This record gives sequence, C-alpha cells and structure tokens, in this order.
Amino acid sequence: MAFQLVINFIISFVWMFLYSSWDLPTFIIGFFVGMIILVLVRRFFHEPLYLIKVYAIVKLILLFLKELILSNITVIKHVLSPKLDIKPGIFALETELKTDWEITLLASLITLTPGTLVVDVSDDQKTLYIHAMNIEDIEESISAIKMTFERAIMEVSH
Amino acid sequence: MTETEISSIFVSIFVLLGSLLSLVTTIGLLRLPDVYSRTHAASKSATLGVLLVLLGALLFFYKDSGLDARLILGIVFVFITSPVAGHLISRAAYYTNVPLWDKSVRDDLKNVSKEKRNRSAER
Repeated sequence: MAFQLVINFIISFVWMFLYSSWDLPTFIIGFFVGMIILVLVRRFFHEPLYLIKVYAIVKLILLFLKELILSNITVIKHVLSPKLDIKPGIFALETELKTDWEITLLASLITLTPGTLVVDVSDDQKTLYIHAMNIEDIEESISAIKMTFERAIMEVSH
Repeated sequence: MTETEISSIFVSIFVLLGSLLSLVTTIGLLRLPDVYSRTHAASKSATLGVLLVLLGALLFFYKDSGLDARLILGIVFVFITSPVAGHLISRAAYYTNVPLWDKSVRDDLKNVSKEKRNRSAER
C-alpha cells in the first residue's frame, strides 16, 4: 500500500517537472494521472490496489459518524425519559481481530456505538468486556453491529 | 438569501445543537445511577456536543479568514481521545471495586477480575 502511494507521488512530481510549474493544481492533476496509471498497471503489484483500501477507510469513517449520531440519540432518549427504565450489565464479546491497532479501533468504535462502553480487554486479546446501558433489547442488535464493524475493519487491514 | 445568511443559519444550528447536547450530558451525569452509565453519557454526548460547537466556530470564521486548520485538528483530537478516556475511567473504576448499580443484570467480568486479583495477591 505504502509502496503504491510513493509511486503515485513520484508520478505527480514527474508531472510537475514536465510542466515546470510548481503549484497545487498541477500536483493534483499529476496525482490523478498517477492514479490512472496505477489502475492500468495493477497486475504488476502483488497487493491489491491502494484505492480499494482508501475506499474502505472512507466507508469506516462514514460508519463511525453515523453510529456517533445514533448513539447520541439513544443516550438523550434514556436521559430525558421521565422514568429511568435501564437495565445495565457487562457482557463478554469474542473478537477475531488480531493486531493491537485493530482491537484499539474496534474498542473505540464500540464505545461510540449506541449504549455500549468497553470496560476491559482480556489479557489474551480475544475477549472484550462491554458495559451495556440496556442489555435486554440491545444484545442481539449489538452483535449485528459488531459484525459490521469487525468486517469493516478487516476490509481495511487485509 | 445570500451566502452569509445561509452560513449564519448553519452556524446557529450547530452551536445551539452542541450546547443542547452538553446540557443533556450534564443532566445525564446527575440522573444516571452509577459510574458506568454516567460514563456513557459523558463519553458520547460530550464528544458530539464539543464537535458541533467546534464545527460552528469553523463555519463562522470561514468567511473572514478561511479554513482554520487548528479547529479541524481539535475536532479530530476530541474524536480520538474521548472514547479512550471513557474506557480508562470505567476500567479504573471496575478494578478499584466500584460497585455496579444494584439493578444491573449480568456481570461477565466478575470471575475474570477476581481470578486476576487472586493471582496478583499470591505473588
């Protein structure tokens, strides 16, 4: 991924040299030209094209924003409802993610999803302990959310 | 409608929503029963509240002095750090034996933390 990005930068610098104009618009045009060239020669790379990974990252960010807004609406509903009918609890969640940064990302995403908060990560990094604000109605929909998050993170890292 | 009017409408919406969210966070801190549910309110609503106020400020200064990169950086930093802060506070509370609310339903972490404590006591 980094290698392809470096090649793209080199192409856009070569483009700037060819025009001998050193401003941002020329650089951006050169960057797009480099992108097209990388797409054309993609079969010479061993890894998938870096644009796919960038697309996955953008999707993850959009998912993050959506969940942040939804979680805020949930919290507001709980706080402002006249009777406090929450059933909090801590449950365990197995995760398939391996590396440290993936687990960190998953934990922060879970913390910002509706009604969940990561309390602890087990020592072998296979289980997340999550405090849920309303455990009954939420548990199944939460596991569905986790699956989408885990899948989105895996798309970024593989 | 001119461009400035439209942008000022957006600025007021963002700032009002942000301050409203901060107010809800404060009410949540007062009303919710234990540390963990309070952390829920503090880590989520406060994040989005601060975010919206900063976004309003960004829009407000955009017409005079262009895009202020420091405000964008502030938004990103708040975004990254506040869930971590919520996690650390609740974790520290759990391992210093702050009890859950007595109406809590289940606690999967209990046995694990007890084992951990025994192991460190043996050492």
